[in-house]
Amino acid sequence: MTVELQPNIDISLVPILESVSDPEIPVLSVLDMGVIREAIQEGGVVKIKLTPTYSGCPAMDVIGDDLKKAFSEKGKTAIVELVLAPAWTTDWMSEAGTIKLEAYGIAAPLDAIADKEALLGNKKLVKCTNCGSTNTHVVSQFGSTACKALFKCDDCQEPFDYFKCLK
Amino acid sequence: MNNNNLYNYILGIADNTLILGQRLGELCGHGPALETDIALTNIALDLFGQTRNYFQYAALLVGDGKAEDDVAYMRTERNYFNVLLVEQPNTHFGYVMGRQFLFDVYHLLLLEGLQNSSDITLAAIADKGIKEVTYHKRFSGDWMKRLGDGTAESRQKMQEAIDDLWRYTDELFQLTKADKAMIYEGIGVDVSNFKEAYYQEVSEILNEATITVPENKYFTSGGKKGIHTEHMGYILADLQYMQRTYPNMKW
Repeated sequence: MTVELQPNIDISLVPILESVSDPEIPVLSVLDMGVIREAIQEGGVVKIKLTPTYSGCPAMDVIGDDLKKAFSEKGKTAIVELVLAPAWTTDWMSEAGTIKLEAYGIAAPLDAIADKEALLGNKKLVKCTNCGSTNTHVVSQFGSTACKALFKCDDCQEPFDYFKCLK
Repeated sequence: MNNNNLYNYILGIADNTLILGQRLGELCGHGPALETDIALTNIALDLFGQTRNYFQYAALLVGDGKAEDDVAYMRTERNYFNVLLVEQPNTHFGYVMGRQFLFDVYHLLLLEGLQNSSDITLAAIADKGIKEVTYHKRFSGDWMKRLGDGTAESRQKMQEAIDDLWRYTDELFQLTKADKAMIYEGIGVDVSNFKEAYYQEVSEILNEATITVPENKYFTSGGKKGIHTEHMGYILADLQYMQRTYPNMKW
């Protein structure tokens, strides 16, 4: 886990935070996603700042509730505040998170320039999560959730999701 | 409430994203192909997300225990301030894309301005929304070219849609009383400043799409003042149904 992207997280809270996952991508914890911007303990209360991946991400309400539940099971009260600025970027996803994402069948985000080329269909850059070939094409710029696009591999014919770069 | 102008200014932005989101949401399960269906509802979701952020802020300004749902659902037609463009019906896919494209170009310019607002909440919502709207514009711009420079039929339908929707574009740049007050305070964006940039950008893409830029100078407006086209009542009937039937219900 890349700790430098989480400047305000009390290390003693990490195990509990790690136990809470993104309901739409269950292999990723909220720390892997980089959506926790602050988690500190003040008195008997845990204060958490959560940032959404996309403005309309329906997972955010669930994540907020899951966080409160995870802490209350450990006898702690958590207050979750939704913060919008600075806006989330895919750069905040942890390295371990991107590896888990690929293993789960979702291609990890490319850098911003490569991402645009791939999504416009100009270059074949997104690697198939099934066979590893980059002989893939975009089927739809929008996928099963706001954060993903739909791709298809032209070698093994497997359709797969690509996590779009957001900067 | 001590800041009526700010409240109305927020509604002037957020009612556009609410009503356009609602229009796109109507297409859920009815898109011409699975991919476009998903794309339209994805865009709707982004717009609703932005709307919620604005309305949560607006509800705070009202105070008195009001929440985002009160702002979204419990108003009458005359108190919605969205532009006429976004309430136009889903006549056909080309029409939907034309409406989207004409709004997306404006929307991105607006958010780029709002990002520099002295109001930190509005600036944060804009900063977040820019990333999403950039993507929307790429999508609708692509479709303009695909349909405009497509078959004879798709081109004709696209041209007719743009000819029809063109009359609603001028309203985007009209300033309301709340706009003027907020511009004066450094909170609002003077949208009249980027009117020229808007028409230039729209024209460039229309040219590329082999669509003739309409020369029509007859424009219609009213939405920003709460005077809507006949479509608005039907949208609200759908949108407000649950709250009217089961007041104060929550998901």
